[in-house]
Amino acid sequence: MGRSMLDLWVGIFVVAGMAALVILAFKVGNMSSMGSGETYEISANFDNIGGLKPRAPIKSAGVVVGRVTSIEFNNERFTAKVKMAVEKNFKFPKDTTASILTSGLLGEQYIGLEGGGDDQMLKSGDSIRLTQSAVVLEKLISQFLFDKAAEGGDAKKK
Amino acid sequence: MPHRTLPSIRSIGANAIDIVLRLGYAARFIGLTIAHSGTSFARPRLIIRELYYTGVLSLIIILVSGLFVGMVLGLQGYQTLTTYGSESALGVLVALSLVRELGPVVSALLFASRAGSAMTAEIGLMKATEQLSAMEMMAVDPIARVVAPRFWAGVISMPLLAAMFSAMGVFGGYVIGVVLIGVDEGSFWSQMQGAVDVREDIVNGVIKSFVFGVAVTWIALFEGYDAPPTAEGVSGATTRTVVTSSLAILGLDFILTSFMFRGM
Amino acid sequence: MASEPLIEIKDVNFAYAERPILTGINMSIPRGKVVALMGISGSGKTTLLRLMGGVMKPTTGEVWINGECTSKLDTQGIYRMRRRMGMLFQFGALFTDLSVYDNVAFQMREHTGLPESMIRDLVMMKLHAVGLRGAHKLMPAELSGGMARRVALARAIALDPMIMMYDEPFTGLDPISLGVIANLVRELNDTLGTTSLVVTHDVQEALDVVDYVYYLSDGKMMAHGTPEEMRANKDPLVYQFVHGEAEGPVAYQYPSKDFSDDLRLGGRRAA
Repeated sequence: MGRSMLDLWVGIFVVAGMAALVILAFKVGNMSSMGSGETYEISANFDNIGGLKPRAPIKSAGVVVGRVTSIEFNNERFTAKVKMAVEKNFKFPKDTTASILTSGLLGEQYIGLEGGGDDQMLKSGDSIRLTQSAVVLEKLISQFLFDKAAEGGDAKKK
Repeated sequence: MPHRTLPSIRSIGANAIDIVLRLGYAARFIGLTIAHSGTSFARPRLIIRELYYTGVLSLIIILVSGLFVGMVLGLQGYQTLTTYGSESALGVLVALSLVRELGPVVSALLFASRAGSAMTAEIGLMKATEQLSAMEMMAVDPIARVVAPRFWAGVISMPLLAAMFSAMGVFGGYVIGVVLIGVDEGSFWSQMQGAVDVREDIVNGVIKSFVFGVAVTWIALFEGYDAPPTAEGVSGATTRTVVTSSLAILGLDFILTSFMFRGM
Repeated sequence: MASEPLIEIKDVNFAYAERPILTGINMSIPRGKVVALMGISGSGKTTLLRLMGGVMKPTTGEVWINGECTSKLDTQGIYRMRRRMGMLFQFGALFTDLSVYDNVAFQMREHTGLPESMIRDLVMMKLHAVGLRGAHKLMPAELSGGMARRVALARAIALDPMIMMYDEPFTGLDPISLGVIANLVRELNDTLGTTSLVVTHDVQEALDVVDYVYYLSDGKMMAHGTPEEMRANKDPLVYQFVHGEAEGPVAYQYPSKDFSDDLRLGGRRAA
């Protein structure tokens, strides 16, 4: 095998390997949906986060604006403290509401942000005051049953 | 019966000492290899040549296996997911299994039996035919000239091969799932992209295959360099390379996985 | 003999894991001569050669080469010394993945910064010296045993060494190739002005081409002298070796018990 043929094959090999990595990053992974990478960190306390996991998306009006970086348990207030990294170019007012939502009926959980009307914007390290916990199915069902039972009781009294 | 048990205890001890000795020797060997890598980087042609033998010649087996593994994942995954009515998650299943586990592990196993065994046989034969001694007598260090370029070629080609395996596998899963079975193409890709994280999944997969590359090449080169200079010695060393590196890959995979995906 | 010897071995002992291989060896090899180191298999010839090449160091004693004591040199020093040595291995030890040309060019490319055009001229000169200029494109697998040995010889003299060492250069060759190699040993020594050391047990060929012989037996230097002196030597050990007789001080029988005992004719059970 000539020297140039060998070089050619090794070149093809390295290029193909790199191409495979790029394909994995952009086509298979979420590299393309990531922004510039410049983010600022804000946090929020939730009474219940349900099945939220680190790296879950943060969406506003359906657009991904950031990711959950960590979830901690706040042992003084017995709540979950969720830290999130939001991309620099998305600004939210101080009175933004953060709620834990589910995509579809059984899909993954994410944090939805809904902007308020404050003139001051959230800065790095700020915390969101207004939060809405995850909907826990068991609670929902027991609430429903309780209401039904109460309705039934009312009906009998009449 | 002390006269019977004593020799067997003694042989256990002797074996244990032997294993520790070999480990120490192997550690010194990789240390020397890395310390004598200057020549390889000063003359990249040496590495390019070995990249051909370790990387390019492993290409076919890696690509074909990747395609088939991906197709099997597509079929099996569809069968399972359809029971829960979530066929749209097929892309997630195929991509995550490949990128996190099957890509690095299976391609490393194939690499060990294709390139690793060839490396051991080649170095063992060079030793048996006194080529390494001849080189030393010509004032050329065989570790720097023969071992180090092969080591770096192995370390470079392993992550590239694993990436190609995974990419080929995802393509195989796509062909089966979307083209043949008819899973919705949009949800196949979008769910996949939603679930596969570049840093958590892809970079960790690349780290795994890099570690496997170091382990397999190290074992292959050491077995060859340490082989008794006879025909049986070399053939035994070749077998040991495949067995030891396969075990090392699976063991390391467990350790790496438990560190990497703890939070999940 | 010349004034100052090129290689001097002084009271060398060498033991391998407490098993003595060489005991009390003294040798001196003058410049420009072809010296044979003979002995039966396992007598320590190859070990002695390795001590001279700096592959191993003597347990006690000193090996002096060109005014330098090898046991005092570090790895760099040994490598520097080896650049001035050429060694022909038993079966040639050609690099199987390189062509004949690249084998001969190997050392020039590794150690000299010569341009490729000059390397080409040098390689052709060396191959011409062993009569294989036309074979430069072949791979080692395509060569016969004798040709491979000659290519290895061309490779060994690539950098015009000061000392040439031959490790069993005649083993496994047909009579014609053997004669060719034997003549080359002599010819190259005289034309290149090197000093040659031939380790061998092919007595007759060696005695024809060398200037001086050292006879090694069981790790000890038993005799030395010119080829004529060796042929005339009446020491039974040397006589048996030079004339290739089956029985003599070196026994045909491996040390064993009494034969009748082994056949269990002794009346009692032997074990």
